[in-house]
Amino acid sequence: MAQMTMIQAITDAMRIELARDPNVLLFGEDVGKNGGVFRATDGLQKEFGEHRVFDTPLAESGIGGLAVGLGLTGFRPIAEVQFIGFVFETFDQIASQATRMRYRSGGRYTSPITFRAPFGGGVKTPECHADPLEGLLTQTPGLKVVVPSNPYDAKGLLISAIRDNDPVFFLEHMKLYRSFRGEVPEGEYTVPIGKANVVKEGAHLTIITYGAMVHTSLKAAELAKKERGVDVEVIDLRTIQPIDTETILASVRKTNRAIVVQEAQRSAGVAAEVIAQINEKAILHLEAPVLRVTAPDTPYAFAQIEDKWLPTPERIVKTINEVLDF
Amino acid sequence: MPVQTKGPNNQKQHQTGYIYTNVDETFQPLQVLSTDGKVIDEANMPALSDDQLRELMRRMVFTRIWDQRAIALNRQGRLGFYAPVAGQEASMIGSEFALNKEDFILPGYRDIPQLVWHGMPLYQAFLYSRGHQHGGQLPQDVNVLMPQIIIGAQIVEAAGVALGYKLRNEKRVAITYTGDGGSSQGDFYEGLNFAGAYQAPAIFVVQNNRFAISVPLEKQTKAETIAQKAVAAGIPGVQVDGMDVLAVYKAVKDAADRGRNGEGATLIECLTYRFGPHTLAGDDPTRYRTKEQESEWEQKDPLTRFRKYLESKKLWSEEDETQVIEEAKQAVAEAIKQADETPAMTVSGLIDSMFETLPESLKEQKAWFEGV
Repeated sequence: MAQMTMIQAITDAMRIELARDPNVLLFGEDVGKNGGVFRATDGLQKEFGEHRVFDTPLAESGIGGLAVGLGLTGFRPIAEVQFIGFVFETFDQIASQATRMRYRSGGRYTSPITFRAPFGGGVKTPECHADPLEGLLTQTPGLKVVVPSNPYDAKGLLISAIRDNDPVFFLEHMKLYRSFRGEVPEGEYTVPIGKANVVKEGAHLTIITYGAMVHTSLKAAELAKKERGVDVEVIDLRTIQPIDTETILASVRKTNRAIVVQEAQRSAGVAAEVIAQINEKAILHLEAPVLRVTAPDTPYAFAQIEDKWLPTPERIVKTINEVLDF
Repeated sequence: MPVQTKGPNNQKQHQTGYIYTNVDETFQPLQVLSTDGKVIDEANMPALSDDQLRELMRRMVFTRIWDQRAIALNRQGRLGFYAPVAGQEASMIGSEFALNKEDFILPGYRDIPQLVWHGMPLYQAFLYSRGHQHGGQLPQDVNVLMPQIIIGAQIVEAAGVALGYKLRNEKRVAITYTGDGGSSQGDFYEGLNFAGAYQAPAIFVVQNNRFAISVPLEKQTKAETIAQKAVAAGIPGVQVDGMDVLAVYKAVKDAADRGRNGEGATLIECLTYRFGPHTLAGDDPTRYRTKEQESEWEQKDPLTRFRKYLESKKLWSEEDETQVIEEAKQAVAEAIKQADETPAMTVSGLIDSMFETLPESLKEQKAWFEGV
């Protein structure tokens, strides 16, 4: 098995799918000759030609519309939004067009599109680059939303997303792109969309999280173990729409305590949804309310205080203690 | 034909020498028939057989009657959302008539006639109006999208469909429609620019019917024409008398030919007028239009003009007209009956149409809805 960074795994997934299916197209701003601003598409235009991998004019709504139109003609577009903060410029094409195609046409047309965007904090990007906007995406009916936390999952989930006949938004956390390597099998394999992963087993409390917060939560779990001898279970959702409720419930029934950690602002997000589902289906298994660790309800913090604004292992441990001491 | 191109000959320089203020001051809309039905531009007379000319008239009369019936049915509560089309028949029907069956139409909310004449069954148009999902479940060989409600969204999608045909080396074009208001949208510029940059076979038709609900063209844009907005995208721009079905046909046919020949996209501005309100949902045109303006445009009625032309060639008679009117009334009655007989939509059916495979959460929601 090869050791890859997450970005290498992402490139590998796209290479495999471009080679496997001539209907797969890859486009966006700077994805061609330049190989993407993060090099996620590096070498793919050279390998597959300008008809398969191409640069677009600088206009995000155009990119979304192009994806919808190409989907109508039988292609399977991978459309890159250069940074998540630019998604508003194409949100109509995602929320009102691509995701509604099957519904509006009674199944006559579909949008087999994979939207990709770098997102996520802790890397000191300028404004409107890192914003955790996944809550907006998860509240969009008809859209699947995937957030891998490691190279293995990234490759397998991206291949699943490209093969999916419905639109999938694939969020790539910028901090995870090159921060570590992981084992990634050669060739094709898939990780199913909609299945969570128990990344660390534990007995006393469950942390439900996704993306870069998986790693922050694992650090918090270590701290809690060291400080209080608590054995924390950590679940990586991997897909935040739809959410794998079964895996969450099985864990909560075992540990009877849970917290949800998300990078995004507090209100009405993925954490709120997870808590609602636990309330609906496992309330009698709980020894304490399910709490959440999130960023505050402000615009994404400027670089200087970004690291304080985002959830830290210490804040997670504090919340673990609140739940344990309830 | 008046295809606008960029270049020094078409540009007028301001006296200071570096400020361009005009795109082409000699620019004239394409017009084949005068308002009294005489051929005034023989060179641009499209090559249509007598049968095709009669068919154009048949479709325009049919559509006028269907529009009148649809308005009446809406007032009786038997239809839902409906945007009247009278006045725009030449622009709608002339443009669709210039297409091939395999060409793809991405309509705006008013563009139901193009869909129907491209193959959408009339009863499904009525189901669409009633908010029934089957209204969009069209036969496989009918290459159209549902009417677009978001103004301009279809324009960027049309660039995508057109690029798809180009990548597949298919001799097909994508045509999309919007109004004068739609030409103010960012998506309008993005769509034209994308199609221009990719030399994709798209045809962008702006039906300039003078009003975006109540806002007149003069408040919509400072540009002299909408056609000239093509210059910014590097594609040909054409302005057509949109009350002249032969001129519209000619402009769209030429644009489609250029698209099929690999010459890329075209913007076509049709100068037209909607005789009725914006939609039947409470719009009152007397608040923003004058009687003088209405009667001025009624003089240009596309049906009257083309009827005069056909009558002068002995291709149309009162009997023909009466026959089409009856045919239209009967077709509408049958379509409404078929729409009435179509089983109602269900919430379960709606949930089932969200994804290829239903996720657990939606299965649960479906079961819950079915249980109450």
